[in-house]
Amino acid sequence: MNTPTRLKDCFAALKQQNRPALVSYLTAGDPDAETSRRLLHGLPEAGVDIIELGMPFSDPMADGPAIQKAALRALEGGQTQVKTLDMVRRFREQNSTTPIVLMGYYNPIYCYGVERFLTEAASAGVDGLIVVDLPPEHDEELCQPAAQHGIDFIRLATPTTDAKRLPKVLSNTSGFIYYVSVAGVTGGSAPTPERLEASVAQLREYTELPIAVGFGIRTAEQAATIGRFSDAVVVGSALVDCIEHASTPDEAVERVHGLVSELAESVRACRTASEPQVC
Amino acid sequence: MNQFVNLPDTNGLFGSFGGRFVAETLMPLILELQDEYAAAKNDPEFQRQLAYFQGDYVGRPSPLYFAERLTEHFGGASIYLKREELNHTGAHKINNCIGQVLLAKQMGKKRIIAETGAGMHGVATATVAARFGLPCVIYMGATDIERQQPNVFRMKLLGAEVIPVTSGTGTLKDAMNEALRDWVTNVDDTFYIIGTVAGPHPYPAMVRDFQAVIGHETRSQMLEKQGRLPDSLVACIGGGSNAMGLFHPFLNDPDVQMIGVEAGGKGVKSGLHAASLNGGTPGVLHGNRTYLLQNEDGQIIDAHSISAGLDYPGIGPEHAWLHEQGRVEYVSATDDEALEAFQICCRQEGIIPALETAHALAEVAKRAPRLPREHLMVVNLSGRGDKDMMSVAHHLGEKFQ
Ligand SMILES: Cc1ncc(COP(=O)(O)O)c(C=O)c1O
Repeated sequence: MNTPTRLKDCFAALKQQNRPALVSYLTAGDPDAETSRRLLHGLPEAGVDIIELGMPFSDPMADGPAIQKAALRALEGGQTQVKTLDMVRRFREQNSTTPIVLMGYYNPIYCYGVERFLTEAASAGVDGLIVVDLPPEHDEELCQPAAQHGIDFIRLATPTTDAKRLPKVLSNTSGFIYYVSVAGVTGGSAPTPERLEASVAQLREYTELPIAVGFGIRTAEQAATIGRFSDAVVVGSALVDCIEHASTPDEAVERVHGLVSELAESVRACRTASEPQVC
Repeated sequence: MNQFVNLPDTNGLFGSFGGRFVAETLMPLILELQDEYAAAKNDPEFQRQLAYFQGDYVGRPSPLYFAERLTEHFGGASIYLKREELNHTGAHKINNCIGQVLLAKQMGKKRIIAETGAGMHGVATATVAARFGLPCVIYMGATDIERQQPNVFRMKLLGAEVIPVTSGTGTLKDAMNEALRDWVTNVDDTFYIIGTVAGPHPYPAMVRDFQAVIGHETRSQMLEKQGRLPDSLVACIGGGSNAMGLFHPFLNDPDVQMIGVEAGGKGVKSGLHAASLNGGTPGVLHGNRTYLLQNEDGQIIDAHSISAGLDYPGIGPEHAWLHEQGRVEYVSATDDEALEAFQICCRQEGIIPALETAHALAEVAKRAPRLPREHLMVVNLSGRGDKDMMSVAHHLGEKFQ
């Protein structure tokens, strides 16, 4: 059964520990079903607090080359929506605490059937959804039905979301809010920490929700800097690159979990260093 | 009776089709564009400038030409060609580009981007960008660059940067993905000139309005020539802009029949085609809900057509709606049928049509012979075929030797 409080519990616990969450992004089925399963199952032990699992789509308009290629690898390996939900179900048999957020584009969900998808996602143990191409103007499509299934709908706020629009973006958002650090696609250039800190501070004036920051974060050092003032840091393309550059499945697993461990160590220490604490 | 011309609604919906399914980064800009366009529509100064450029720069009005020899050849309906191929740059595409570039100027944008398939929209965009002194980047699939070489060179001459897109099959859909990625990244200073009646609201309505000059002219030209409205209108459909431009001003005239011709590739049953309405299902792509070529898991399937400008797995949302309403009939023509009609037009009328347009002519070949001479049929001659010489030579190679 779905526990809609997993995300809430996770952020509450981390607040106690005074550290940000490490959020990882991987595409389901990348580079193949079995390796993807191994990658997923090893993430909590390597130090991930929240898992974002991408539902591959043939036309990922908001993604850069790394995640585009990951989606293609997954689709070429025969990944489907059914298989992605099944991955979550099997993960939940072994782990009942780490939140899983499915991330992707609307069309595969729409074609699957919104009700069918939400019912199966809830029973598989999905905690949240991030659907890049569903702005609040289309909330009746998926966001509102998701709430009825106890699934959080996590929205992106971006550098172009101004104060006038922010309340609209925040309404019906739950779980956390994902601040996209730069206008652009995934895997792009890194934001400057100063500007980012100001943006996150501004966002906090409008919401009590935890604020995750993503897009362009690749290294342990960046994660630490951003983790000082945000509630979660999201790393995606850098992990996906590890898969692309590995020559065997074993190497892919080793590299991904290796980078996750480095990032995890860094976010665990980021606020206990000399910097003053936020949050 | 306004049942067909009051849409889209304020959310950009034509029934359940259309909408604005885009990333949050783009939303503020899209809302701004919607407001700017709404203002421009009612701004006499904007309309005056638009009319000026349509006239002195594009060369409008385009003639409505009675194709006497083609009429004789098919031996049935009287065939009229709306000569959009005589516009500056050789297709209907510039009608829309001129409108959008004026809007871009008004919004203070500093850079123009566009996607292109056949290269006609790319050339038209590069042209208006040159005219208004704006830097211009065109995304074009690598496969299309291969088959539309002359247009690639034209764009470069006009000062545009042509960026080859290798993702997917390197055709129009991939070029559009890449243009959207550029837009998200450069949202502050960049205006995206979408080339057809697709994309997020307000694009489908805005492009339609800029192209509707085709239908408005046709209406008054036919009234002048024959004292009545045409009986049928035929146009090819890639995204559907030349068709929508011709059809829209007649939607509320119940006696005017309309036929949109999709690219049937090697046949709709073969799976190798670009006929979204005849061989697709509803889905969400490139900012709108419409009919798409996709598998049951919602993954987009690559389209196939001999003509790069029709090689797109979707169709404008208003067409999807008109299809479901039954107001417009949507059929398809295969690669071979288009090639055949292409040659007939060359030989009978001394007009070399674009391969896209040849699909509309293929439907005329099927339909006209069964109709009486009193039947007035207007075909949108959406573009000229100079760009297609290499492809056609390739396909007809043996016969020419
Ligand atoms: C001459 C010509 N006709 C038709 C099309 C198809 O586009 P649409 O359906 O938007 O008119 C194109 C596209 O490149 C074209 O170049």
